[in-house]
Amino acid sequence: MKPIDYVAEVSSVPLGEILRRYPLVADYLANIRLNGVDETRTLPEVLEDIDEDMLEEFGLDREEVIYHLSAFLAAFSPVKSSVDEISSITILGGRDKVGRPEMVELTVTPGEVVSIVGPTGSGKSRLLEDIECLAQRDTPTARQILINGSVPDVNKRFTSGGKLVAQLSQNMNFVVDLTVQEFLEMHAKSRMISDSAPVVEKCFAVANALAGEKFTPGTKVTQLSGGQSRSLMIADTALLSSSPIILIDELENAGLDRREAIKLLIGNEKIVFISTHDPLLALRANKRIVIRNGGIAKVIETTAEEEQTLRKIEAIDSILLDIRNQIRGGGFVTKDSVPEFQER
Amino acid sequence: MKLITVAGPPSSGKTSVILKTIEALGQPAGSVGVVKFDSLTSFDHQRYDEEQIPNQTAFAGKICPDHFFVSNVEGAVEWGLKKGLSVLVTESAGLCNRCSPYVNGILSVCVIDNLSGINTPRKIGPMLKYADIVVVTKGDIVSQAEREVFAFNIREVNASATVLFVNGITGQGAVMLARHWQDAPEIQTLRDRKLRFTMPAAICSYCTGETRIGEIYQMGMVRRVEFDDV
Ligand SMILES: Nc1ncnc2c1ncn2[C@@H]1O[C@H](COP(=O)(O)OP(=O)(O)OP(=O)(O)O)[C@@H](O)[C@H]1O
Ligand SMILES: Nc1nc2c(ncn2[C@@H]2O[C@H](COP(=O)(O)OP(=O)(O)O)[C@@H](O)[C@H]2O)c(=O)[nH]1
Ligand SMILES: [Mg+2]
Ligand SMILES: [Mg+2]
Ligand SMILES: [Zn+2]
Ligand SMILES: [Zn+2]
Repeated sequence: MKPIDYVAEVSSVPLGEILRRYPLVADYLANIRLNGVDETRTLPEVLEDIDEDMLEEFGLDREEVIYHLSAFLAAFSPVKSSVDEISSITILGGRDKVGRPEMVELTVTPGEVVSIVGPTGSGKSRLLEDIECLAQRDTPTARQILINGSVPDVNKRFTSGGKLVAQLSQNMNFVVDLTVQEFLEMHAKSRMISDSAPVVEKCFAVANALAGEKFTPGTKVTQLSGGQSRSLMIADTALLSSSPIILIDELENAGLDRREAIKLLIGNEKIVFISTHDPLLALRANKRIVIRNGGIAKVIETTAEEEQTLRKIEAIDSILLDIRNQIRGGGFVTKDSVPEFQER
Repeated sequence: MKLITVAGPPSSGKTSVILKTIEALGQPAGSVGVVKFDSLTSFDHQRYDEEQIPNQTAFAGKICPDHFFVSNVEGAVEWGLKKGLSVLVTESAGLCNRCSPYVNGILSVCVIDNLSGINTPRKIGPMLKYADIVVVTKGDIVSQAEREVFAFNIREVNASATVLFVNGITGQGAVMLARHWQDAPEIQTLRDRKLRFTMPAAICSYCTGETRIGEIYQMGMVRRVEFDDV
């Protein structure tokens, strides 16, 4: 729908009914200090009594308010955005730090996880950046990113902003002064989910399952521990973010159940790229990209043997976890804490 | 020459974004310049100098920097043309959050940061409402959900703007902004162009509703910058 399609409705229907049809209009009215007006009247009638000077502060006059609100409704009309319909993303190689060409073409589809490994400073985060800005041979790496097999249309690249891609990294924190419950409700509202209670509840439950230490819906998000914050961010990104592609930059040591976190993301048909130094995360991916000197040196499919070995590595990891918990709980570590294994 | 106007609250990341976007533009050194409009002091020129970006700083003193901007932007454009720039960027820090130093037909960029609070977009008036592009900085330190809600709150105020996320420190996202700058129209002068929105009441002719640019339209307290001879 275009703005013009709403003008007649906005001009003739009483505000109360408009608010019932489009609850978001309450925000619009509040933003121009028109909240608390007589809702039995239409917007033009209400505007008759409003001081033009007040409207002018917001850069509007009476007529503009009608059109501006119509544009607002058009912008938020529930269209099925093409952003949701992503069937694949393709990375076409560019060049490494010394200009040698990368000989790769890698296509990833929803439900797949790709890890990115390599030494510190090798260019893992750079690759994530290229994906985020849908590089078109215009970044230092000269890589090109295709969506659904073709060059993403200019509009999507330009206007989607953070829409196509959601990002999670070690440095991110919550800064807003809200409880977990309020926070999730606020996010759901911005997604214009009309009945938000079930998804908010689910998100909270999933986040709590991922976190080592439990928290309540009444906890302030700023008071969550590192692991709890990460858990909430992952649950929220998986269940409440519209972005089909998720980029994760280093989530190690975060005190959360990494295996369940990855499962959650896969289960929600996201395309996940995760830059990591953690062998467990790296091997849990379907594929891993090896970065060397700024370039993609190899793309490795996780082998059957690696998947087998992963079980053993997980066993080692859970031994470590048990020892950590013993120490945390004020206990002693004994010889029996570590099962026998061959010396190297 | 292309003219880009960049506005935004103090410390929102304007200078950082401008520097990263100039880098992403990849134009020959010295062909992109900046004029900074500030109130009392500014250290931005040091950062522009460091990158060898031709720049001028103009101090508004008692006048709102955005009002001051209108009385001097024409001179800035002349300076840029004489200097042979291919792109001129103006940076101004609105102090009142009411002024919008945007001119019809000139690419207008508003920079705000995620840390300023989730409801900030709803509090910034015409400066946000009349921008073509809203750049959001400091997304590297807040959660994805907060970024999404912030962007949503921006769209509630300015549904037609393009919202871009740029990291002022790493430059992530600057490539996208650079693309928009490349598409900005070429101009020879600003004379007779109009502001997108009247400036709120103060002390010069623009305070009283004048929107046309040009010396003959300026009355009252107008201070003019001495731009370097080129
Ligand atoms: N192909 C390339 N061409 C030019 N510069 C590159 C290339 N790849 C990476 N770089 C640059 O190298 C630097 C280091 O890369 P990056 O930050 O991505 O490393 P990293 O692998 O994420 O390291 P860490 O593990 O420490 O996080 C960055 O400035 C990045 O822009
Ligand atoms: N973490 C972070 N800091 C930023 C970002 N952008 C800018 N900054 C910092 O914010 C401060 C103010 O930035 P500056 O560009 O001077 O803002 P200006 O006053 O609007 O020109 C500086 O310390 C910048 O380094 C960003 O995207 N992330
Ligand atoms: Mg990194
Ligand atoms: Mg500055
Ligand atoms: Zn002002
Ligand atoms: Zn004035």
